[in-house]
Amino acid sequence: MKILIVDDFSTMRRIIKNLLRDLGFNNTVEADDGNTALPVLKKGGIDFLVTDWNMPGMTGLDLLKAVRAEPDLQGLPVLMVTAESKREQIIEAAQAGVNGYIVKPFTANTLKEKIEKIFERIEASS
Amino acid sequence: MSKQSEQQAILESARELVAKLEQGSTDGVQEHLDHITRLRETQLYQELGQLTRELHEALKAFKVDTRLNELAGEIPDAQDRLTHVINMTEQSAHRTLTAIEESLPVVDGISTRGQALLDRWQQFRARKLSAAEFRDLSKDLEAFLGSVQSESGAVQSHLTDALMAQDYQDLTGQIIRRVINLVQEVESGLVSLISLSAAQRGDETAIAADKPDTAKPAKKKKSAPSELEGPQVPGNESESAVKGQDEVDDLLSSLGF
Repeated sequence: MKILIVDDFSTMRRIIKNLLRDLGFNNTVEADDGNTALPVLKKGGIDFLVTDWNMPGMTGLDLLKAVRAEPDLQGLPVLMVTAESKREQIIEAAQAGVNGYIVKPFTANTLKEKIEKIFERIEASS
Repeated sequence: MSKQSEQQAILESARELVAKLEQGSTDGVQEHLDHITRLRETQLYQELGQLTRELHEALKAFKVDTRLNELAGEIPDAQDRLTHVINMTEQSAHRTLTAIEESLPVVDGISTRGQALLDRWQQFRARKLSAAEFRDLSKDLEAFLGSVQSESGAVQSHLTDALMAQDYQDLTGQIIRRVINLVQEVESGLVSLISLSAAQRGDETAIAADKPDTAKPAKKKKSAPSELEGPQVPGNESESAVKGQDEVDDLLSSLGF
């Protein structure tokens, strides 16, 4: 399981990377915005995407839309981890096809729960 | 044409007109009258042009003033944001220090008890322990190994807490960025005001500085991110912001997630 972590703050990428390692996901790669993430995703081999929303360059929402528009990436599970907490934004992300939404600040347990829930749902539908 | 030369031209035309009339000639009288009227009209147009320009400048200045007013209203908000940044960094520092302070005695205890058991184990290896002493050692070893399990779990949880406490850098960074944008906008607004007032004084160098790209208020953030608010600041929360992860989960489940 290879996971791409996208956030413009390197500290947040490190936090998520460490939490994922605790959960047993050792294979992670990082990108600092949608523009750098998209080529990595298109190259293939990424099984799960964790992305922030508010980033310079390409935002996480635009990245999500680009992923859903790409035939090879359509089914990629995407978890958004962001400080954006307005209801209309959460709805917008849901409509764009996000698989999970975590508001910052979050706990290690929340990340664990959401990831488990996403994989449970994927297994149930396959 | 300057005002003086205009008056001179009118005066000359009038003199010629009077001279013609005195000579009893009607030749060219109409032309002279037309000429004087045209000169008068030119002056009127120039004054009207000047008035229009002044009105335009005044309106432009008013627009800058209005934006500056808005910005002034955002300054207290910026102060709240920066105060929130101080609070967040303080809390994170305390959270990290607490995690360290709670971990150190646990690690210290494991190390001390491990060392004592190692000493006894070495005595046993050197055949210096009685059977009763060995039974005690064996019991203590079992208890120690069991406690290492639970105590290292506690240390791990403190370390995760210290790790999570570092999220302040992302959250405060987003808040500080917004304040930097505000400061840039205030700066550009003030530069516009200065170049405008200088232009009205006729200061040529300041007029030269009044180029669209230096004088216009700091460019607004790109359309999409401008809607993004970043972390909510206590006391300044958006009405539609959720209070926490539970509300996010409720909202998503109401959407069928």
